[in-house]
Amino acid sequence: MSAVILGAAISVAQLMLAAAMALCVFRMIRGPRAQDRVIALDAFYVTAMLLLITLGMRTGSTRYFEASAIIALLGFASTVALAKFLMRGEVIE
Amino acid sequence: MTEVDIPLPVALLIAAVLLTGALFTLAGAIGLARVQTFYQRVHAPTLGASMGMFLILSSSILFFSVSRGAFVVHETLIAVFLTLTTPISLMLVVRAALARDRFEGSGDVPGTEAGPERPPEGPA
Repeated sequence: MSAVILGAAISVAQLMLAAAMALCVFRMIRGPRAQDRVIALDAFYVTAMLLLITLGMRTGSTRYFEASAIIALLGFASTVALAKFLMRGEVIE
Repeated sequence: MTEVDIPLPVALLIAAVLLTGALFTLAGAIGLARVQTFYQRVHAPTLGASMGMFLILSSSILFFSVSRGAFVVHETLIAVFLTLTTPISLMLVVRAALARDRFEGSGDVPGTEAGPERPPEGPA
């Protein structure tokens, strides 16, 4: 019974997170300026990381935790680099 | 699902926390897609990055701690890291957008701050 409840909850949560990622992609395509696309990418990688964590709960393995930690680290680095690019026009001066 | 040894109240708690976190994240993404201007839009995804992240990671910690019978708290690492980095990255993006808008003279952004860099011979 509890496995059924958990499976259904994880499925619904994954559907919600996938819809959130689709909305981020919509903003990334539609966004009128570059900074809109950058914050859409930021929200996109956070949502992808949360989706990987729910996938780890579904399969019952902690292996997905490492992938989501790497996504969090590299996503922060990429957002900082993109903000630097927006400010200056180049990443490394 | 290989874990069948989770008691029913704990499973209900895990499911409720997980669904609430996913709902927060979805609300933040809807705000990101629907809100009109950039400076309002930048507030919306922080809902998913703070509250959605906190609730989903809490449910994951609870799930693995109960199903393994030991404390599995390494999701705390992601939580601490995201809590530290989300304000930094969003502040950097907003400062860059503000500099671009000021450079183009577009929109209703305020001018440069009143500070020591203002020339002293300006209008009093």
